[in-house]
Amino acid sequence: MSRQYETVIGLEVHVELATKTKIFCGCSTEFGGEPNTHTCPVCTGMPGSLPVLNKQVVEYALAVGLAANCEINQYCKFDRKNYFYPDNPQNYQISQLYLPICHDGWVEIETGAGKKRIGIHEIHMEEDAGKLIHDEWEDCSLVDYNRSGVPLIEIVSEPDMRNAEEVIAYLDKLRMMIQYLGASDCKLQEGSMRADVNLSVREVGSDAFGTRTEMKNLNSFKAIARAIEGERKRQIERIEEGKKVIQETRRWDDNKESSYAMRSKEDAQDYRYFPDPDLMPVVISHEWIERVRSRQPELQPEKMERYEKEFQIPEYDAKILTSSKHMADVFEETAALCGRPKEASNWLMVETMRLLKEKEQDPEDIAFSPENLAKLIRLVDKGTINRTVAKTVFEEIFIHDVDPEQYVEEKGLRMVSDEGALQKTIEEIIAANPQSVEDYRSGKEKAMGYLVGQTMRAMKGKADPGLVNKIVKELLTKQ
Amino acid sequence: MSILELSALELGKKIRKKEISAVEAAEAVLKQIKEKEPVIHAYVTVDEEGALKRAEKVQAMIEDGTLANPLAGVPVAVKDNLCTKGLLTTCSSHILYNFVPAYTAQAVENLERAGAVIIGKTNMDEFAMGSTTETSAFGVTRNPWNPDHVPGGSSGGSCAAVAADECFYALGSDTGGSIRQPSSFCGVTGIKPTYGTVSRYGLIAYGSSLDQIGPIGKNVSDCAAVLETIASYDKKDSTSVPRKDLHFTEALADDVKGMKIGIPRDYLGEGLDEEVKAAVLKAAKVLEEKGAIVEEFDLSLTEYAIPAYYVIASAEASSNLSRFDGVKYGLRAKEYEGLHQMYKRSRSEGFGPEVKRRIMLGSFVLSSGYYDAYYLKALRTKALIKQAFDKAFQQYDVILGPAAPSTAPRLGESLGDPLKMYLGDIYTVSVNLAGLPAMTVPCGRDSKGLPIGLQLMGDCFEEKKIIRAAYAWEQTGEGR
Repeated sequence: MSRQYETVIGLEVHVELATKTKIFCGCSTEFGGEPNTHTCPVCTGMPGSLPVLNKQVVEYALAVGLAANCEINQYCKFDRKNYFYPDNPQNYQISQLYLPICHDGWVEIETGAGKKRIGIHEIHMEEDAGKLIHDEWEDCSLVDYNRSGVPLIEIVSEPDMRNAEEVIAYLDKLRMMIQYLGASDCKLQEGSMRADVNLSVREVGSDAFGTRTEMKNLNSFKAIARAIEGERKRQIERIEEGKKVIQETRRWDDNKESSYAMRSKEDAQDYRYFPDPDLMPVVISHEWIERVRSRQPELQPEKMERYEKEFQIPEYDAKILTSSKHMADVFEETAALCGRPKEASNWLMVETMRLLKEKEQDPEDIAFSPENLAKLIRLVDKGTINRTVAKTVFEEIFIHDVDPEQYVEEKGLRMVSDEGALQKTIEEIIAANPQSVEDYRSGKEKAMGYLVGQTMRAMKGKADPGLVNKIVKELLTKQ
Repeated sequence: MSILELSALELGKKIRKKEISAVEAAEAVLKQIKEKEPVIHAYVTVDEEGALKRAEKVQAMIEDGTLANPLAGVPVAVKDNLCTKGLLTTCSSHILYNFVPAYTAQAVENLERAGAVIIGKTNMDEFAMGSTTETSAFGVTRNPWNPDHVPGGSSGGSCAAVAADECFYALGSDTGGSIRQPSSFCGVTGIKPTYGTVSRYGLIAYGSSLDQIGPIGKNVSDCAAVLETIASYDKKDSTSVPRKDLHFTEALADDVKGMKIGIPRDYLGEGLDEEVKAAVLKAAKVLEEKGAIVEEFDLSLTEYAIPAYYVIASAEASSNLSRFDGVKYGLRAKEYEGLHQMYKRSRSEGFGPEVKRRIMLGSFVLSSGYYDAYYLKALRTKALIKQAFDKAFQQYDVILGPAAPSTAPRLGESLGDPLKMYLGDIYTVSVNLAGLPAMTVPCGRDSKGLPIGLQLMGDCFEEKKIIRAAYAWEQTGEGR
């Protein structure tokens, strides 16, 4: 390959908002539920029904827009996007085309190459569609309108990203920001956050954009990274072969690690957008914007900075702790309860992260209560249990959220600091291991470690390790 | 005197006084329906059983004192584009031939709360698209004054039912004149209220930004009382307007002294039937004699109202009617292969030619490349028309004119030339584009004995002014 190529990527990210009710009716947005039970005449497109805007949707969209440094359209409108498909009961989707609520913003991402701003073209509000279930066995299709009318925002970026790392950093940034705002839980696997990737390649140094494709069905960060790499290669190969890249929508198949064309630009539908006459324009006053702004919670960058200053936590640790709003909440509550922020941080950074990784979970999945972690930290502080025991107790907290005080008592895990009892055990161990004693005396310091380990084992890990060390050394040198 | 000769309010009074029972009233209407329907065909559905049951229930509530509304027990006919829970609602379209709504339109619910007894659902132009009630999928409605003529449309069934005493009053809907024009043709009274006054929740939409539900009755007082009952601020309709003063019956005073009435010269020009013109001008003269100040003026932009109206209404209709697809309710074609063929066949079989014409027109004006030239231009025209009315209402309390260029045409005369039919809406569509209230009251008959209608238009939220002018005119007895 003689020529050098650059990849140009823009993202369309759909985020399901965390409102209790749907965007245009009072039905519940709760996930799951028997098919077509969270429905009413409005979200099933019954004749004569009319939409009424849920104000909370506007507030969440504003909150995200403000956090992403956007301009706000203080007079915004809803438009109908007309297309026929059974998951869409009215055969039009209520969305925003002409006057979206937010536009021209940016977020800052950080990658190995440093910091970079990614432009936000616009953010608009719209309704989700229902879910089609194709029953191959019965050869029919069924539709569930529970999701029909669940509020979404679509965040459209500028084509400012150049590689998968930047894309992941951008998505992570959005996810974190929106979770901090409480506007959505942003779970890719569950579909509450969905990303479509627009990608083109061009020769390095060229100002013009290449022909782009849009990639859909990307359900994880890993799938997104793989899809970007796959599509980049595919486009370059075509160009190298002298073929043209066709503007089309492609569907990524993560199992096959390849994509296939869904529809080309020629088949692109004319959506006949026009302002929805059933909805009034949304007029957003300065006061409303300021009210939303004043209620904005502390976001990740500020929180991270505060952790470094307030708790003297290293930058790296502060970054990990704040990467999930949920984990940051667990940390702060634990620290407040036990007064030992560094200890709280350590338990999250080391043991929690290890267990999450082991169980293939995310920080959002942390299910234990800060109270129990705080109690554990206090038990160690007071010398009630030693660190080794504490780790096993923590696993129980992590999995079953046990009360560590109760658990330690029930299982008899208190640290043994009774010198007399220890002395007796150690004397027995020394007597049983003459070789080790000899090794130690001939200068092999390691042999002492072995004897300490044997003691701990005999004490089922509950012995005070400092005390064991002291006694072993005393006995070895005495004789 | 027969029960049927009573007005809605007169009947209501007798029911409250226990001189007539609600059941007797319903029975009288049902008997009349049996006699008249073979010729008139004002109804798509007559709910005999439901109406009688309901009448009994209402009667019991009147007797135990829980219902004392002026309209309690009075039989009403409802246009078939208003959803009625458990009662077939077809929009006179084959595509909804079997549609039974799961909920009731807000306006109808308001009536029911006042003790109304729904007799049935009235015929209309399919999806309210038409000016003659001939586009109904279930057969034409005939004009009670002369069965060879149309009743007008699209609320032709409602107006014919009132004119033929097949009900005491009716609900209609008006997108471009669909209450006022058939009221004119059938010699009854009808009001199209200010946009946002009556909730559209449960009205199967044609042109959402133009549609309003309104009353059709035997006289001005009945219409004022019904409007008072159906009007309400409804949070389920985002375009509903909270209004302080909905006491329209307070305006029923025979007094037009000092009222300024303007007659647009644009409404008296070419195309207006001479007999209609003479009748309308005579009514103006009578009002002048009663103390009103009447003068002619230039409204302007009248010729742009029809193109703007047909672009906007069709655009909205093309989208509003896309939900009728065979998937969820209504007609699904029997034979098809795959989703797209099901859509195509269901809609091809389900919609009539006039509806198809407007869906195609509407889809065209919204399509990319034409949106600015047609749809946006029409919206701008709409705004200019509203401005022209704003200017006029700085001068006048009420604008007076004909409701239609002629009296009712003969059956079969109109559909062959849709463009000509559209032009017949010239005096009514501007009011919808500007969101204004307007009403039709009878003002005599032509030499063929067909009724002529007088149209009175008011500024937004000024229903009371037009009701007062209409009432004063009605009191002269010259309109009959």
